[in-house]
Amino acid sequence: MVSELPEYAIMARGLTRRFGELVAVDHIDLSVSRGQVYGFLGPNGSGKSTTLRMLCGLLTPTSGSAEVLGLHMPEQAELLKKRIGYMTQKFSLYEDLSVLENLQFLAAVHDIPRKLAKSRIAEMLERYHFVDRQHQLAGTMSGGQKQRLSLAGSILHEPELLLLDEPTSAVDPESRRDFWSKLFELADAGTTLLVSTHYMDEAERCHRLAILDQGKLVADGTPKSLCEQLPGKVWLVQTEQARAAETALRKLPEIIGVAQIGMDLRVLAKASVDQQFIRNHLPSEPLRLEMTTPNLEDVFVAATHKHDRVVL
Amino acid sequence: MNINRLMAIVLKELRQLRRDRLTFGMILGIPSLQLILFGFAINLDIRHIDAAYVDQAQTVQSRETIARLKATEVVNLRGQLFSPEQLQTEMRKGHISVGIVIPADFERRLQVRDRPAYQIMVDGSDQTVQAAARQLAQMPLPALNKPYQGTEIVNFYNPERRAPVNTVPGLIGVILTMTLVMFTAMALVRERERGNLEMLIATPVSPWELTIGKVLPFVFIGLVQVTVVLLLGKLVFSVPIRGSLLEVYAAALLFILANLSLGILLSTMAKSQFQAMQLAFFTFLPQILLSGFMFPYAGMPVFAQRIAEILPMTHFIRLIRGIMLRGADLWDMPWDLAALAMIAAVLLTISTRRISKRLD
Repeated sequence: MVSELPEYAIMARGLTRRFGELVAVDHIDLSVSRGQVYGFLGPNGSGKSTTLRMLCGLLTPTSGSAEVLGLHMPEQAELLKKRIGYMTQKFSLYEDLSVLENLQFLAAVHDIPRKLAKSRIAEMLERYHFVDRQHQLAGTMSGGQKQRLSLAGSILHEPELLLLDEPTSAVDPESRRDFWSKLFELADAGTTLLVSTHYMDEAERCHRLAILDQGKLVADGTPKSLCEQLPGKVWLVQTEQARAAETALRKLPEIIGVAQIGMDLRVLAKASVDQQFIRNHLPSEPLRLEMTTPNLEDVFVAATHKHDRVVL
Repeated sequence: MNINRLMAIVLKELRQLRRDRLTFGMILGIPSLQLILFGFAINLDIRHIDAAYVDQAQTVQSRETIARLKATEVVNLRGQLFSPEQLQTEMRKGHISVGIVIPADFERRLQVRDRPAYQIMVDGSDQTVQAAARQLAQMPLPALNKPYQGTEIVNFYNPERRAPVNTVPGLIGVILTMTLVMFTAMALVRERERGNLEMLIATPVSPWELTIGKVLPFVFIGLVQVTVVLLLGKLVFSVPIRGSLLEVYAAALLFILANLSLGILLSTMAKSQFQAMQLAFFTFLPQILLSGFMFPYAGMPVFAQRIAEILPMTHFIRLIRGIMLRGADLWDMPWDLAALAMIAAVLLTISTRRISKRLD
């Protein structure tokens, strides 16, 4: 059976969606292999949600095509809905139902046979630490707990593909780490995951990554290869006048981007730039100035610098 | 108070209002539409009540009396029947509200004056018709020079002319409309506002399952409400249920479905719960005013009557008054039954089509 399945969980070609004048998603090509945790990295409004919605058949693409689990979108969307899980950005379970009631509702909506549903729900309560809270109303739980419940709800029917729209945007760091370890458990069990995020540390953990900016796919690859292929060099600058230094460097055409991390500046510069060049343009003698290995943040800055979007 | 800050808030409100097209439309739409509609429609001076007559005398004076009744324009004489029993049947079916019986010895009665010369049968299930019939009784009779109360009014179905008997059946319609349309109008919008809908449409749930699933619990609630009103009506006001109780519930069920379908349709149109409430209110007023609950159908101009015909409450009021007060069968009023079923089916179909499983 497995050999008959297409190699890719998602195949999109030239996927485009307009809302009036606005081009929310602009000719995106995407290939997501089965069993991968595929990350969608991009600032707010870069088209992540719109793309996810098109892929699960909730939005009709203006042009382009998408094949998800071998089904054509949006024509075969109803068939697809039995086989995917979709976790919306906003908490979308019923706040006035308890944890258990929400799960029971979702199990019924997904046509899970009664007996199986019972054991699946018990399993979810156990795995996601809700046994003691199963009678608590969903609306009274913390952000992290709600996200765990949403996740449990969207995988009750054991979907082959799980699409998650910024699942951790309203969650504290501890809960975020916990949540991601749950995602990897799912991937280990064979589920394909497409996760949008705007956190670098989360993106770094993905098997593969696409960077979206203003509706365009500006880079994609494994986090490692993206870092290696970064055009230009990254300099670490430590100075007492960080703000002034940032302003001065930004003006230079040789500098692709500047980001302040703590008290340090990370300067992404073209390959031709050397240490002396940077030193010459700083308002004062730096405390430290050295080349460093690029990380995903730098990749992101490089990929999106055309649009002057640096801060994340 | 700072005038700039005040104006800033005023400006903000106006800008938000301009973008909320539905509310904006309602601000102008509600008063103008309702003024035009009700200004014409609410007319307590009733005319053209459907009536039929039996003329057993067949004399010059009996024909003159009929002609005079016709000339008042209070009644719209639809034709001649042959027996008072036929008049009663037509009245029970709701085809006529007034029946006129001129007995064979009409001439003799006019001269001897020991008894009323002729009889007006009135459908007492509608209060306004009772009032109009009294107007008819004031009409002078032919060949009279002395005052003589020659007209006998027989009030069918509500001889004591007790108001609760007339209002309670109609009140079932008002209560069901008020609560059910409002509840369901909010139902889907709430799911959308809270974000539940995006989750739902990403599951295999079909629009029909969603619509019917939302509506069914309210069908039950509606039937409970009917029971409460019937019980209170019976115990507190002694309102009779002359027809079959089962048929009362059957009519109510059909009406509940129509209301719920209307509510769901409003729910697919509104963007917020507030808008849903406005829309519900918008449909509620004409139903109260034009359905015949408050003001007589017979007193409305033709265009208002046309509008009344597409309102579910108009048909329900006729059905429920017929069954409860006149002891009619559902099948005596096939048109109202069919109209109610049709309204429910059309509304439900439209709203299910409007529930898209897409966000675009």
